[in-house]
Amino acid sequence: MSKSSSKRASAAQDRLELIQSRVIVERDSVSSISSSDFPFHTSNRYSNIDFLEKIRKKLRVSIEKKSQYDMEFDLIGVDASIANALRRIMIAEVPTLAIEKVFVYDNTSIVQDEVLAHRLGLIPIKANPDEFDFKLSTEHPTDQNTIVFKLKQECKRNPKTAANETDPKKLYLNHNALIWEPKGDQADRFKDSQIRPVHQDILVAQMRPGQKIELEAHCEKGCGKEHAKWSPVATASYRLMPEIILKEEITGDLAIKFASCFTPGVVEVKDENVDGKTIEVAKVVNPRIDMVSREVLRHKEFEDKLELNLREF
Amino acid sequence: MLGKKTVTFADDVRSDTSEEAFEKLKKPYYANKKLTDPVKEVEDKWQLLPAFLKVKGLVKQHIDSYNYFVETELRKIVRTNEMITSDVDPSFWLKYLDIRVGPPDRPDTDHEAHINVFTPHECRLRDLTYSGNIYVDIEYVRGKKRVVRKNTIIGKMPIMLRSSKCALTGKSEAELAKMFECPLDPGGYFIIKGTEKVILIQEQLSKNRIIVEGDKKGLVQAYVTSSTHERKSKTYIVAKNDAKNDKITLKHNSISEEIPIVIVMKAMGIQSDKEISQLISGGNRTFLNMFSPNIEQCAKMKIFTQKQALDYIGSKVKVTRKIANVRRPMAEEALEVLSTVVLAHVPVKDLNFQPKCIYIAIMIRRVLMALANENLVDDRDYVGNKRLELAGSLLSLLFEDLFKKFNFDLKMNIDKLLKKPNRATEFDAHKQLMQHGDSITNGFVRAIATGNWTLKRFKMERAGITHVLSRLSYISALGTMTRITSQYEKTRKVSGPRALQPSQWGMLCPADTPEGEACGLVKNLALMTHITTDDEEQPLRRLAFNLGIEDVNSLTGAELYRNNAYMVFLNGLMLGITCQPNSFVQDFRRLRRCGRISEFVSIYVNHHHNAVHIASDGGRVCRPLIIVENMIPKVNTKHIQKLKRDEMAFADFLAQGLVEYLDVNEENDSNIAIYEREIIAETTHLEIEPFTILGAVAGLIPYPHHNQSPRNTYQCAMGKQAIGAIAYNQLRRIDTLLYLMVYPQQPMVKTKTIELVGYDKLPAGQNAIVAVMSYSGYDIEDALVLNKASVDRGFGRCQVMRKHVALMKRYANGSFDRIVDPPAQVDCPTGPSAERFNILDSDGIAGVGERVMPGQVIVNRHTPTNLSANIPVNMPIMNAPVIQFTWKHSPLTYKAPEPGYIDKVCVTTTEQEQTLIKILIRQTRVPELGDKFSSRHGQKGVCGIIVPQEDMPFSDSGICPDIIMNPHGFPSRMTVGKMIELLAGKAGVLKGELQYGTAFGGSKVEDMSKILIENGYSYSGKDYVTSGITGEPLSAYIFFGPVYYQKLKHMVVDKMHARARGPRAVLTRQPTEGRSRDGGLRLGEMERDCLVGYGASMLLMERLMISSDQFDVHVCEQCGLLGYKGWCQNCKSSKFMVTMQMPYAAKLLFQELQSMNIAPRLILEEF
Repeated sequence: MSKSSSKRASAAQDRLELIQSRVIVERDSVSSISSSDFPFHTSNRYSNIDFLEKIRKKLRVSIEKKSQYDMEFDLIGVDASIANALRRIMIAEVPTLAIEKVFVYDNTSIVQDEVLAHRLGLIPIKANPDEFDFKLSTEHPTDQNTIVFKLKQECKRNPKTAANETDPKKLYLNHNALIWEPKGDQADRFKDSQIRPVHQDILVAQMRPGQKIELEAHCEKGCGKEHAKWSPVATASYRLMPEIILKEEITGDLAIKFASCFTPGVVEVKDENVDGKTIEVAKVVNPRIDMVSREVLRHKEFEDKLELNLREF
Repeated sequence: MLGKKTVTFADDVRSDTSEEAFEKLKKPYYANKKLTDPVKEVEDKWQLLPAFLKVKGLVKQHIDSYNYFVETELRKIVRTNEMITSDVDPSFWLKYLDIRVGPPDRPDTDHEAHINVFTPHECRLRDLTYSGNIYVDIEYVRGKKRVVRKNTIIGKMPIMLRSSKCALTGKSEAELAKMFECPLDPGGYFIIKGTEKVILIQEQLSKNRIIVEGDKKGLVQAYVTSSTHERKSKTYIVAKNDAKNDKITLKHNSISEEIPIVIVMKAMGIQSDKEISQLISGGNRTFLNMFSPNIEQCAKMKIFTQKQALDYIGSKVKVTRKIANVRRPMAEEALEVLSTVVLAHVPVKDLNFQPKCIYIAIMIRRVLMALANENLVDDRDYVGNKRLELAGSLLSLLFEDLFKKFNFDLKMNIDKLLKKPNRATEFDAHKQLMQHGDSITNGFVRAIATGNWTLKRFKMERAGITHVLSRLSYISALGTMTRITSQYEKTRKVSGPRALQPSQWGMLCPADTPEGEACGLVKNLALMTHITTDDEEQPLRRLAFNLGIEDVNSLTGAELYRNNAYMVFLNGLMLGITCQPNSFVQDFRRLRRCGRISEFVSIYVNHHHNAVHIASDGGRVCRPLIIVENMIPKVNTKHIQKLKRDEMAFADFLAQGLVEYLDVNEENDSNIAIYEREIIAETTHLEIEPFTILGAVAGLIPYPHHNQSPRNTYQCAMGKQAIGAIAYNQLRRIDTLLYLMVYPQQPMVKTKTIELVGYDKLPAGQNAIVAVMSYSGYDIEDALVLNKASVDRGFGRCQVMRKHVALMKRYANGSFDRIVDPPAQVDCPTGPSAERFNILDSDGIAGVGERVMPGQVIVNRHTPTNLSANIPVNMPIMNAPVIQFTWKHSPLTYKAPEPGYIDKVCVTTTEQEQTLIKILIRQTRVPELGDKFSSRHGQKGVCGIIVPQEDMPFSDSGICPDIIMNPHGFPSRMTVGKMIELLAGKAGVLKGELQYGTAFGGSKVEDMSKILIENGYSYSGKDYVTSGITGEPLSAYIFFGPVYYQKLKHMVVDKMHARARGPRAVLTRQPTEGRSRDGGLRLGEMERDCLVGYGASMLLMERLMISSDQFDVHVCEQCGLLGYKGWCQNCKSSKFMVTMQMPYAAKLLFQELQSMNIAPRLILEEF
């Protein structure tokens, strides 16, 4: 009697644990989506120890992938609200520099001035925002709050092309980039880190021979929440760590089908020797890369054989 | 079945002995194929469609019809009116030998000066008419000699773009680019004084055909609208089906009362009652019984001979001749009316009335048949009974009228000159001809510019024939070109003409019709529809007789209705009879298929009337179909491959008899399979592609066959309002209003139609990532949530260009408007501030690229103050004394509420040598709250809120939607097509290819789901999504993917309006009306009633008087009339004057009443 009741109690405890720590992915809905009011705080009943201390102990950041333009890292030990805060800040509140004012001296291309200015504005600028001040609308541009770029290009026919050339890219000389024009002490301040557009090959306008663009562009410091051009990231997002729990072993042809229900690499089918026979057994290898397509939940044969969860922290 | 069997047998089993082969045949499977197995589908047979459109183009109907007019019809008209003689000098005559239309020609040039061609684009920019000279060759008498003159200009003919006379025809894309013309522009319209005008397709009942109709009272009548070049009239044969009066009569406008039909027959020379009854009943007892009272009636009226009958009719004829010649005997009058006016299209040669008698007899028989069986009345809404009138036929009517008028004027003028006793110079008719140059030119220009076709000669008075070609979007331009209007009144509440007719299948688009009053009356052509032009009758007649028709003229009534005799009609006229209708029709069709007669001639059997009809008249709608013989479509994969390799063109398919055109009537006589698998033994034709039943506009909708039908109709209306790319020359155009999208995209989910019409090259919309979910409460009632970052990055950004025109007028007194440079210091007494002139260049016109603020001057124009001062007109300009004009400011200012940029300035001259300055001002608009968007499924919505990206939900792969759409938009609208579009779009994005949503086909949902699964997404298109605000996942999976969204032209900035105080109307002193005049918002009658009912009298007082037109009046308490301050002019006293407030409008009313001798008196009491 007591044994069964304790069993029941532990089952309830497990369930509570599950709900508190996991988002449960079901076939038609996601349940247990809410985390606690703040990390590690589960209910009023448990007097909490200093949770900051707990975070400090548990929080771990491991960088999974890092290249010039991408970064992927695992944030372990905090719940989604912290990750979301980071995401929101990255998108909206980290200042950068972007072209804000364009002075068009000459523009005979088919791209209209406003459109050209808009396109220039979206070009990411490689400059350290910490070195600059925000420019208020009442302020005049100074070397402390403005970077000046110049663009001057006239499209000409390339004299070296063959007579029957039809590719406009080869036919016309049509290439130029924004050129930084240091003002005040900027040449000095940034002699180590050239200020320039991050990418040199962003298409701003295509021209035909005789067309001309001459302009001066002023970069200012700003935040993503004001205009997306100041957002330092293309996008920032996070996902919860998938968790695939097999309740029983899946073997044979079913195992192959099972593996195909996940992103390749998540589930591997391994040969195992059971009772002298080799059978194929599905093993969850790398749930991290699963895209949570829920394909597996569509199939009747896998019902009750697994649990699909996302770890909340 | 049998046919198939023998074919396969012959092909494969030749080597076998015949017995073995027969044994094999008896088995259910043959060569591993069951006999009932579906026929292999012809791969890519839709390829015929681009081939068709390559030759035909989308608006080929217009162009064909115009070409026919210019090349053939024009000559015919001139030939019927070729002679001009003089009443004064009998030896004079003038004869037109030939007529032709020259290439488009500038109106204002000496011909050597300009070598470059006159392009349509120049016309658009310079407000000119795109027209070419009409040249005639004439032969006339000068003195005693006969003179031939060639290439005399009698006027100018507007030229249809891309017609055979147009400068653009046959030009390559590069050549078109040099002329600033868009290769995708369909042509088929005119340019009249710089505006593009389309002559809409007009729908009307067919001419020269018998139509039987009945009404609820039992009245049955057969009528024919006769239309020949000489005369247009309508003849009725009426049978009133009531007990008292069951006689059949003939009704015609030129006869004052209805004439008993037997009298008509007798007047036409059939005097014997037996002959009459035989012609009508042909021995049929029932019909004879029904008809006999008419014969009795005639006998009772004591009319037995032709003479008596003619006298009877002659007494009823309305005499229309104005110049009362010698009154002819009544019988002659009657004879003339009967031969030329009644049923004018049936020719009566040398008073041989036989064909006309038979025609009337057939009409009577049709009436009798309808009386006996009421199902035999004709359906007026049946498309086979309709004809579409195109630009060509309307222009030819117009030209006929103008040409006759021209000739009449010419004749009058010649007569006047010849009357003069002694002339200084020899009379030359050519000079007279030259002097009349403008009447034809102006006639054309006026008619097309106004759309009013008022041709008294043909009793035609129609308005709204032409429309301005809508250049809102590429699709709207296409839409106007395929539009059909009908002559029915829009106000009539009849459902018949508005209903979707089954016979519209494949000819007219079932989805594309406007909502509201014109619903179902304005239609659009389907993709493959062709409209015929007139074709020669004579060869057809000869052919029919060669094929064994017995001539009508040798027939008696009994022979006419012989048991298996079929009457053969050509364009409504009876040729004769045949006893083998089927073989006759087959032979005829065979000849058509080998190209011996025009492919547009149709032939069909009507078994109800025992008749074979051949039609070669213009205005029939027809479409191409694949011919099926012995259950095998004649077009096979080999042909299609040849087509793909450009070894065959569409014309070859026609010439080889693989494909043929069927009009609605012949279609009704055929068995058309939609798919190969549906071919049965009776099948005669195979549909080329089922999606061609839709038109060009409805063809843009992906998966329309999954949508509720009204949704497709809504989209057809909205697709025309979508902002996008208009034409390749869009940035060279200066239109009054031009909407352009900055970053248009071709849709992820295309249709075949999109590729065929070129919508992928001139798109109007963007692929937005849509999340179907509820968000923020600002999305109720179809409102959309937009992502701010998307908007920042250019989503839905559009440009509005508006034209501002300043014309530098020249006045009669020799003075003219001038433009002056901006004033150095502003010292104008009227006090414009210096900023007004800021953007002017030194030439007095705003500089290109300048930002224009509201109220700024864009053209600094001066007009002379004195316009009437007389200055000698014919003084040579060089020696003219410098006349001192005084000038006043009349600048062109920018009035829109939002600032814009000067995009283009065009300085040119008009036809009248006046300087024309066109300035294009551009605004770039970013989507804002209240801007209207729509998907391609009739799902419109306004932007309800713009949400920062960080607050938007995002999917597991980090994607944020551009648009969030409320799911409540789906259940009641049932636009399943939109969901499939999303799914297909998502699959396309993941796979990196465009998907197809073609009607009755397209990418399959199953395949799309497979692609999604392969790429790690849920098969359903629903994604796991995290809230951007809380960071927690959403408990529902969200339907998430790209949907093509259109930005519609309705934007808040154009509509937003509020007013506290502002301008008032001069007369009433009440606030002005309307947004454009900064008007007030009216508290109307019904609102007033509410306030009266509620008793809010002070509020009423405030709204209706104090805030509107309060006025202090001085009233004399003694006489009750209005006076002056402290003085009553009526009482000549100041004693009883009081002041009070009343609406100015009331004061005005009192004064107006006084002016009409009514004295309104105010009796005042203390308040």
